[in-house]
Amino acid sequence: MQQELTLQEVVEGVAQIIIDELKLEDVTPQTFDPDLDLVDEVGVDSMDLATVALVLQDEYGIAIDEDDYPKLKTIHLIAEYVLQRAPVNN
Amino acid sequence: MKTVSSLLDSHWYERYKRISTLNIRSSIYDVTNRCNLRCKGCFFFSSGEDKAAGEETDLAKWTAFLDAEKQRGVNLAILIGGEPTLCLDRVEQFYRRMPTYCATNGLIKVPRDRFPDMMVGISLWGDEEDEKRLRGKNTFLVSSKNYEGDPHTYYLYTITPKQIGRTEKVIRKIGDAGLKVHMQLLSNDEGVNGFSWRDGELSDLCTEMDEMLDAYPDTVISSKYYHKVITTGRMLDRTFGWQECPSVTEPLDTRNPQPRRLIRFIRWASDLQTMHRCCTSATRDCATCKDGAAHMSWIMVNKRAHMRSSEDLQNWIEVYEMFAKLYQFLPW
Repeated sequence: MQQELTLQEVVEGVAQIIIDELKLEDVTPQTFDPDLDLVDEVGVDSMDLATVALVLQDEYGIAIDEDDYPKLKTIHLIAEYVLQRAPVNN
Repeated sequence: MKTVSSLLDSHWYERYKRISTLNIRSSIYDVTNRCNLRCKGCFFFSSGEDKAAGEETDLAKWTAFLDAEKQRGVNLAILIGGEPTLCLDRVEQFYRRMPTYCATNGLIKVPRDRFPDMMVGISLWGDEEDEKRLRGKNTFLVSSKNYEGDPHTYYLYTITPKQIGRTEKVIRKIGDAGLKVHMQLLSNDEGVNGFSWRDGELSDLCTEMDEMLDAYPDTVISSKYYHKVITTGRMLDRTFGWQECPSVTEPLDTRNPQPRRLIRFIRWASDLQTMHRCCTSATRDCATCKDGAAHMSWIMVNKRAHMRSSEDLQNWIEVYEMFAKLYQFLPW
């Protein structure tokens, strides 16, 4: 049986996906501030979000509605969104 | 990791914040296959796009189509043609539903009682001499009277090689008419003799465009970085072409790897079913395409690539602001 995911695990998982997909340099999942605004500070745009969403969907088995993109402003918020929808936690 | 605030001072950061959440999703629509001019070098007619599809004449089908487009997430309609003002009933359906930009040759005045704040972009292909040679008449005489002092209108000045050293006269005339101007370059799709770019000319023109922006900042809507990119076809360490162009119709885009591109972008023919390959002619060589909107979009979709230095990010902001002004997402 799969274990429930913790918020910290998902935060680091999401950070790793963002680092990999956006090819960010000089940052690790451990040093990535989970409350950093991805649009205002990291420069993420809607195409980046769509790319990241696809990987999140595969990784966590969730569906991400495109209308929800504006809510997914930080790694923290994305992790909470994932946790609410991940099958293993429901 | 470089962050936006680490690269920008508070002034630039505020400018960035003003545009960072705009999330513009545009598509381009051929409103009609007909035009009241036949300009030498117009890609629409030279590549046979006027015959690529029929023309939907049932207004109810236009309204249903546009409702679906809005559902698809389009929030900026860019109307081209043919000449859209020949079909104002169709134009009105766009205008009622979403922010709309109407490209026109300016010979027919858009009635401002029906379209009080629709952005109008008037095409202009040079001075009187070039206009007569390429378009058969001096359209500026008519269009400048039709739109004099209109705050929702600008000239889209397509600069030809023959305009080098002569742009100031044109820009001053536009300013005297109380209008703004944005500059782009002729691609010379029909190979009109003497209108193809030769070595060195684009470099000279870049300097001249910069000078015009400095001399007429209240008239010219532009940015020096845009001038550099459109005249060189180079951005950062990359070269414009098919593999880089962001303005390819999404359902027809089979490029692998996928470049950064306009999300949901489609260029629709006026039968409302046929899709054109891209924002301009499918017969054009992408390596020599000078389309201003495509180059502007190329910069805009590559935001994070411009986060390598403060100067690069400021250049990106200026181009995005220019785009936002041209389509009324920001005031002039």
